[in-house]
Amino acid sequence: MATYSTNEFKSGMKFLLDGDPYTIVENEFVKPGKGQAFNRVKIRNLKTGRVIDKTWKSGESVEAADVMDTDMQFLYSDGEFWHFMDPETYDQVAADATAVGDSKLWLKDGDKCLVTLWNDAPISVTPNNFVELLITQCDPGLRGDTAQGGTKPATTETGAVIKVPLFIEEGETLKIDSRTGDYVSRVKN
Amino acid sequence: MLDLLQERARVMQMIRAFFLARDVLEVETPCLSQAGNTDPFIESFCVEHAGHPGGKRYLHTSPEYPMKRLLAQGSGDIYQLCKVWRQEEQGSKHNSEFTMLEWYRVGMSYEDLMKEVVDLLQDAIPQSSRKPPRFIAYKTLFLEKLSINPHQARTEDLFAAMVAQNIHVAGELDHGSALDILMTHIIEPSMDAQRLTVVYDYPQQQQALSQVVDGVAKRFEVYFAGLELANGYQELVDAAKNRQVLMADSTRRESNQQSKIPVDERFLAALDKGIPACAGVAVGIDRVMMCRLEKKHIEDVISFPWGVA
Repeated sequence: MATYSTNEFKSGMKFLLDGDPYTIVENEFVKPGKGQAFNRVKIRNLKTGRVIDKTWKSGESVEAADVMDTDMQFLYSDGEFWHFMDPETYDQVAADATAVGDSKLWLKDGDKCLVTLWNDAPISVTPNNFVELLITQCDPGLRGDTAQGGTKPATTETGAVIKVPLFIEEGETLKIDSRTGDYVSRVKN
Repeated sequence: MLDLLQERARVMQMIRAFFLARDVLEVETPCLSQAGNTDPFIESFCVEHAGHPGGKRYLHTSPEYPMKRLLAQGSGDIYQLCKVWRQEEQGSKHNSEFTMLEWYRVGMSYEDLMKEVVDLLQDAIPQSSRKPPRFIAYKTLFLEKLSINPHQARTEDLFAAMVAQNIHVAGELDHGSALDILMTHIIEPSMDAQRLTVVYDYPQQQQALSQVVDGVAKRFEVYFAGLELANGYQELVDAAKNRQVLMADSTRRESNQQSKIPVDERFLAALDKGIPACAGVAVGIDRVMMCRLEKKHIEDVISFPWGVA
């Protein structure tokens, strides 16, 4: 199994810790002039997304993790699994609810997204930063309120509830920032 | 780029003027030596001397040994500005090749040397003279920040403090490394970045080549803007004790399965002959430049940093 020594540490490196895959967010070399050298590292658990601080004595090594970020197309969900396809190889993978997490709120059949595979199994799904979704439910806007800049809740075809301007109506397609859930603009049909 | 070169040149001139005014002699000593640094936490670069069997040479990691040989020969006060090299030291505050200023003051106490270091740093880093320097014992820092007496704490106490501070370390730590963790992870970041902090009187275990009095190593370090800038000693002049330190380091390197470095017998012989009571200090000039120019990365103050050298 490939290993990385602390002097190979750099942002984006994927490795195993306590059986989980992690990526390095930030690596800092720390050493008193007289004394032990350390790598003080911020790492993200690729399964949970949690970021933690960890320090290695310099010279220690970690086991490389077979983690790949792959551009895939979302096919459909059968309620238990979310199915994705590699548009080049036509390989399909099925991700469970844990792997998909909140990303499911932004996934529409046929959309492109980034699937993170660990030992060829999906562990997380990242939708495009901006997604276009149909509004399936929202209260009618009130005339004259357009200039007020007020908002109201609206439900997308994927089940996400977002805040939209008062003039938005059911049946419209909106551009939404999937990282924040913020309304960006109307999409002209 | 031109700005950086001019700033570096200005600081070099300032340093030379500083020592000229104090009647300290500028010296040069070899960069490539037959013996190297036996400190287990410092890795020397080894250079093959082609055609000379067993003729390995080591790039110096500081000019300490040969400068002390000069002191033994009666040089009096001396300083040196030179490049030094340390393997495996690379990061935002480390470049494996870096510029060091080292000086020795005969008959001076380390207390007085601390003040001289502050004077020099205040010249080189004008921002550091806006607040008076803070002089504080290593022990007081640990008591203030962690309620631990570093000279008496057991290793378990240090581990407990690490856990309490939410520090998680991979790899086994010994007592000294645990102290280093608390110093670098908790205490250094808590220092006032706008003020020179002079930390003195270290645990005996971290004496290096400083004198130990009443179980405390007569050593000091100077910090500014979160950077360790200087490391100074009341120099250990006792020949037998110097030999003990080097031999203990050498044994430790062996048990760590680190590369074998020949002990500098010429340095030890000079001590046998005798060196005068003195205090000495080394200052990292690239870091001084980082402070002066307010740069976050050492690459920003070196004409051609390691990656493109």
